[in-house]
Amino acid sequence: MPESSSRVPILELRGVSKRFGAVQALSNVNFDAYAGEVVGLVGDNGAGKSTLIKCVAGIHPADDGEIWFEGRKVHIQNPKDAADLGIQTVYQDLALCDNLDVVGNLYLGREQTNRLPLDEVTMEKRSLEVLHNLSVSIPSVRTIIASLSGGQRQSVAIARAAMWNSKLVILDEPTAALGVLQSKQVLKLIRNLREQGLAVIVISHNLADIFEAVDRISILYLGRNNGVFDVHGTSQEQIVAAITGAEFGNNNREAQSQGRKGGLSR
Amino acid sequence: MSTMGNDPRLVSEQSGNLLQRWWQRARPADLGSLPIVVGLLVIWLVFQRADNMFLSPLNLTNLMAQISALGTIAVGAVLVLLLGEVDLSAGAVSGLCAAIMAVLNVEHGVPGPIAVLAGLLAGLAVGLFQGFWVTRFKIPSFIVTLAGQIAWVGALLAVLGETGTVNLRDNFIIGLAGTFLKRDVHNGELYSWIVGILFIAIFAASFIWERQRRRSAGLQFASVGGLIIQIAVVAVLVIGMLLITNADRGLPSAMVFFIVVLVLFDFITKRTIFGRHIYAVGGNAEAARRASINVTFVRILVFGLASTLAAFGGILAASRLLAVNQGAGASDLLLDVIASAVIGGTSLFGGRGTVWSALLGALVIGSISNGMDLLALPSPIKFMITGGVLLAAVTIEAISRQRRETAGR
Repeated sequence: MPESSSRVPILELRGVSKRFGAVQALSNVNFDAYAGEVVGLVGDNGAGKSTLIKCVAGIHPADDGEIWFEGRKVHIQNPKDAADLGIQTVYQDLALCDNLDVVGNLYLGREQTNRLPLDEVTMEKRSLEVLHNLSVSIPSVRTIIASLSGGQRQSVAIARAAMWNSKLVILDEPTAALGVLQSKQVLKLIRNLREQGLAVIVISHNLADIFEAVDRISILYLGRNNGVFDVHGTSQEQIVAAITGAEFGNNNREAQSQGRKGGLSR
Repeated sequence: MSTMGNDPRLVSEQSGNLLQRWWQRARPADLGSLPIVVGLLVIWLVFQRADNMFLSPLNLTNLMAQISALGTIAVGAVLVLLLGEVDLSAGAVSGLCAAIMAVLNVEHGVPGPIAVLAGLLAGLAVGLFQGFWVTRFKIPSFIVTLAGQIAWVGALLAVLGETGTVNLRDNFIIGLAGTFLKRDVHNGELYSWIVGILFIAIFAASFIWERQRRRSAGLQFASVGGLIIQIAVVAVLVIGMLLITNADRGLPSAMVFFIVVLVLFDFITKRTIFGRHIYAVGGNAEAARRASINVTFVRILVFGLASTLAAFGGILAASRLLAVNQGAGASDLLLDVIASAVIGGTSLFGGRGTVWSALLGALVIGSISNGMDLLALPSPIKFMITGGVLLAAVTIEAISRQRRETAGR
């Protein structure tokens, strides 16, 4: 990647390993993400995608390897460490309170007050700005989450992850539960995040979505790197082959050998 | 405000007149209180037909005095239900704390105000203890507070001792619930009007101020018509209550305390960070935890507040009855408390409801009890009708919840 190789990655994992009892979930994995870029993290079930992002999000600290953030080596031991660095993760369950309205959820745990009482006016105003900047359509920011569609809920969760001086937003299967139109909305939102200069990591099974929203695809296979591809000039067949671990043409090997230490699965 | 113009199924919020817009907004979430207000009016009309004393100023003033203790305890029950928990110890705690107050005052000569304070603190301690137990050992609050209900009844009997009844004579304690503004207080009627008008003025000012702030921030704000309706509703309720009570002995002091509790806890739950966190924990505790809300702190404090309110309700009841006896923590008080909170529209599943449901529910329960006493109906019928109303109320809640969920898709 000529445009990104000249810059320092916002997140860089070097030789990360993670073991759960007898299972080596990740071995010697390398991964990087740049500001203003969307990276797809792709792999079959059990390939280690979730474990990898949990290492970054501080839920399962890595056993071995280094995590670099904005050019500094960091130790992420718990979710708060990740949040302090500006890393926000949106899991599939979204972690929204259905009974609160959009403003209440965007400000959950960060409520603003006017001395004692909640400052609803300021919170509502900022919520509208954030949603507007990200082009998220919500009928009213005073609607409770329970009344929103799946795509709108996902959008609210993503907007919340992006709005608190975040630098890196990790999305776990953002379109898994959504219909076609709602997926389009969410993918558009992901591109908006990129345009705002955030780094975005998207985990997905849906290759069509990946090809639509992502700049670069990093593939895991059985807990190891299995290639990094630029979406331009790569076919879905190549990606499928890398995901399933099938032998494939030179392209794959080339991509793997391009500056990636280790990670070959064969 | 951006609307999703490309989806014809979505009803635009902007269409229709004021009433239609209110209905569109109210329908999914706030149906909870509308049926019960209608139900209350039906109950009143039925009793009024059966006995035209029912809606007299005398009886309505009695009703207010009767429901204040129940309603105060029910506010605490609402707080706990908002968390998605339940407090089955409210009845016993109210009796125990009233007994502590009574014994301290009558048998140990502790001055009334200090005895009352001791009763409230005992409630707080009991609640914090139960909240700690629920959160520390992750035992369902149902079980912890059930154990509490049984154990605190034992403590109540122990505190009351051999005689089993303590009669209250202290003027401060008796005056808590036994004062009627017009009859017992010099210029009481005048004071009640001054406070009532002030109350309306403060509400109106806060509505107008809120509207002004939203307007200057460029947000949607209430129309003048909506503003007038909001203020008018508050004014009619306050003035109506004062007209009725002042036609009799004046506003009962217990009702004044109940209203203060309602307004205070409405503010806490709706306008403070702590209140927002109560709703968040009740709505999705895991989401609240991940948003770095101290879920354990919120839970323990809510149990503490609920038991403090139970203690206060018990003290008001003791003050009205002029005594604390072994029946003070009887289990039908607990049942009426939970029933009040639920009938008023608070969800058993957490996160939905307001403290005002304690007022509505206590009015329903109190009206049925009062009306049937007026008709001299035997208690078997009383219990069965109260049970039927509770079932009807939760059924309405369940149906509106289902509608809300289907409306969400």
